[in-house]
Amino acid sequence: MTDATPVLRLEGIVKTFPGVRALDGVDLELRPGEVHALMGENGAGKSTLMKVLGGILQPNEGRILIDEAPVVMTSPLEAKGKGVVFIHQELSLADELSVAENIFLGELPRKRFGRVDWTRLYATTDAILKTLNVRFDARTRVGDLSIANQQMVEIARALTVSPRAVIFDEPTASLTDAEKVVLFDVIEDLKAKGVGIIYISHRMEEIFRITDRISVLRDGQYRGTLRTAETTEDEVTQLMIGRSLDLSRSPVRHALGKVALEVRGLSCGHLYRDVSFSVREGEVLGFYGLVGAGRTEIAETLFGLRTPSAGSIRVNGDEVRIGSPVDAIRHGIGLVPEDRKGQGLVLGMNCRDNMTLPQVDDLSTGPFVSDGAEVAIFDQYRDRLDIRTPGWRQIVGNLSGGNQQKIVIGKWLSMRPQVLIVDEPTRGIDVGSKSEIHNLIRDLAAQGYAVIVISSEMPEVLHVSDRIAAMYSGRIMRTFAAEEVTEDSLIQAISGLEPEKVA
Amino acid sequence: MAALTREAAGRLLARQGILVAFAVFMVVFALANPRFIDIGNVAGVIRSSAILGVMALGVTFVVIGGNLDLSVGSMMSFSTIVVLDLHDTLGPALAIPAMFALTLCLGAFIGILVGYLKLNSLIVTLGMLSAIHGLTLMWSGGKNMDIADKAGTWFGIFGRGDVLGIPVPILIFALLAVVLSVVLSRTPFGRKVYAVGGNGTAATFSGVPRARVVFLTYILSAFCVAIAGLMQASRSLGSQNTVGQGMELEVLAAVILGGASLLGGAGTIFKTVIGVLILGFIQNGLLLMGLEFYVQYVVTWVIIILAVWLDIAAKRSRLWSPIA
Repeated sequence: MTDATPVLRLEGIVKTFPGVRALDGVDLELRPGEVHALMGENGAGKSTLMKVLGGILQPNEGRILIDEAPVVMTSPLEAKGKGVVFIHQELSLADELSVAENIFLGELPRKRFGRVDWTRLYATTDAILKTLNVRFDARTRVGDLSIANQQMVEIARALTVSPRAVIFDEPTASLTDAEKVVLFDVIEDLKAKGVGIIYISHRMEEIFRITDRISVLRDGQYRGTLRTAETTEDEVTQLMIGRSLDLSRSPVRHALGKVALEVRGLSCGHLYRDVSFSVREGEVLGFYGLVGAGRTEIAETLFGLRTPSAGSIRVNGDEVRIGSPVDAIRHGIGLVPEDRKGQGLVLGMNCRDNMTLPQVDDLSTGPFVSDGAEVAIFDQYRDRLDIRTPGWRQIVGNLSGGNQQKIVIGKWLSMRPQVLIVDEPTRGIDVGSKSEIHNLIRDLAAQGYAVIVISSEMPEVLHVSDRIAAMYSGRIMRTFAAEEVTEDSLIQAISGLEPEKVA
Repeated sequence: MAALTREAAGRLLARQGILVAFAVFMVVFALANPRFIDIGNVAGVIRSSAILGVMALGVTFVVIGGNLDLSVGSMMSFSTIVVLDLHDTLGPALAIPAMFALTLCLGAFIGILVGYLKLNSLIVTLGMLSAIHGLTLMWSGGKNMDIADKAGTWFGIFGRGDVLGIPVPILIFALLAVVLSVVLSRTPFGRKVYAVGGNGTAATFSGVPRARVVFLTYILSAFCVAIAGLMQASRSLGSQNTVGQGMELEVLAAVILGGASLLGGAGTIFKTVIGVLILGFIQNGLLLMGLEFYVQYVVTWVIIILAVWLDIAAKRSRLWSPIA
């Protein structure tokens, strides 16, 4: 790789949202024929940067240059027209249409009177597919293709414009090892053609296998660029996590109670296999791993939303069968779900009704709901969790993310659960409320609750957990005690680099 | 200051747009024809809206629960024909419970398909609209159904009777509206209907048995249809097979006009009652203006669409929006 003119350059990009500086002077330089990794923790600003690059967001400051000429991009279509194309993690294809129609959607070649020129469409498509070495043709229905092949269709779509820069966002998230090899070959081909490639991934193994340089973002700031060949995983990790983070855990250790939840050999199809762990009263067990590692699926199984294919669940020593959320609630398991707005709350309902929803039957007097009892519960948990709302009649959809999350937590606390599972407790929550929620989780443990915290954010897991289960690809690779864990060892465990150890 | 009042007016419109429209509409019609607000005319409108209104009460639960019910019109024909037929074979005292049982079976069938099997309610109830019509024709052999001894039965009380000078249909409608309003706003079941319609996934994640709640909304809807069928049969003491035809759309219009969200999770019994009355008064007003019967169809629907549009426009504070 030579130091040729960069195909793409970002200079001092600043993007602010109310109260947040999401990007704070980010520089990035992409050379022709290079694979450039963009790394950073969740929330570091990667997606915001890519949205700026894709024309979805406009930067407040800074310039984007393509072939050293400044450009302004106001829509994804415009970005594509300038040769900047994205291969998204979530595929955006129409299942019912053919490969060719998907690739040329919106720009199908026409004959007279607006009729589609099918002959030309299929011929052009097959020509592109040939360069990708795939085993399906232009007429195949996209819904019949594997995920990996659908991704190839997305790539083919990118190739219709002879791109200058291609951005891959977590492209291997749902690929098998064999499929990854095919993808990497395609990336090599693009590289050989002089296309610049930005590769976003959390997986160190892949980063070190295919990239030439690595740029790191942290808290919206550009932290530097390393040559892959000259660096180490440790160095990259250091740069990603930094030293300034407050990783101190609550130093007050309280005595743990009896085992509240014990899971043995739990499996659920291909989602996760042979998972065993236990949580004691007064303990926070963290689950850390990449999206898709099986963490949420375990939580959903414990809450009766999935049926395990093998294994046992014991609550307070008794083996239980959990076939529905109603069963889970009866056995004292509460779940604060990952998708607060989609799964946690009825946004159009008021605060009190949301909070008391699981126990509305128990709270009724005779055939009627009991306003008094419900308001009393709401008031109690509003004070205890410091929920800021004008009153219980407030529609939940009008609250801030942090206060919404507290309503969901209050919903389960008021049920006095044996085990509280909190999935991504601070997703989409501003920094101030974040630490409040973290303290809350620690407090709950101190009060004797058994808590499971699932998170994709390392500082969060390190901060709140007494023990951390590191998951990779449906397995618990290792369970760390809070005292012994290091960022490096945790990253290695969730990247599948470390040999499997028995939890 | 002006901005403040404008904002306040906007809020009032957004919250009570339909009520305001109703008031304006009543005033305009009353000015055009004073007979419109004559007590006899008003009572007449309410009375003739009662059957539609009773059906709309049940459908309100279904719609708030996030589903549709397009089968109520043909189900009402079924109830009417069945109860008239059984009246002469079993006698009125047995005919009524038998008809209720059969109608509730139809509701249960829809409830199982939509609630437990999670089939799309539009498809299921559209299919049932046809299927139940077929059942009705099979039952009647395609003939009109009439009670043989119209003078000698007490069966007419539900449609023709008076209590203390108030027509029984109005009493039934009013009583049912009060009871169902309490059920919807004051019982755990009502709360769950709102939760399931507002966000079914979140309801499930809160341990609300979504399928059972949806099932029960259809049972309730069928129960209301059975009452409506009873009122219809009792009023006419004889009926065609198609007596309820097209009512499913009028019922839905009344519910939506009242402000229940087609997406579920919002609406009240009170608002539905307002919707029913608006519909009844529109048709009556047009009639008094001397418009032909078939012109009414067109004008009624234009007014409904206008009302719904203004309601939505007030909620998003502009007349047109590229996104919903």
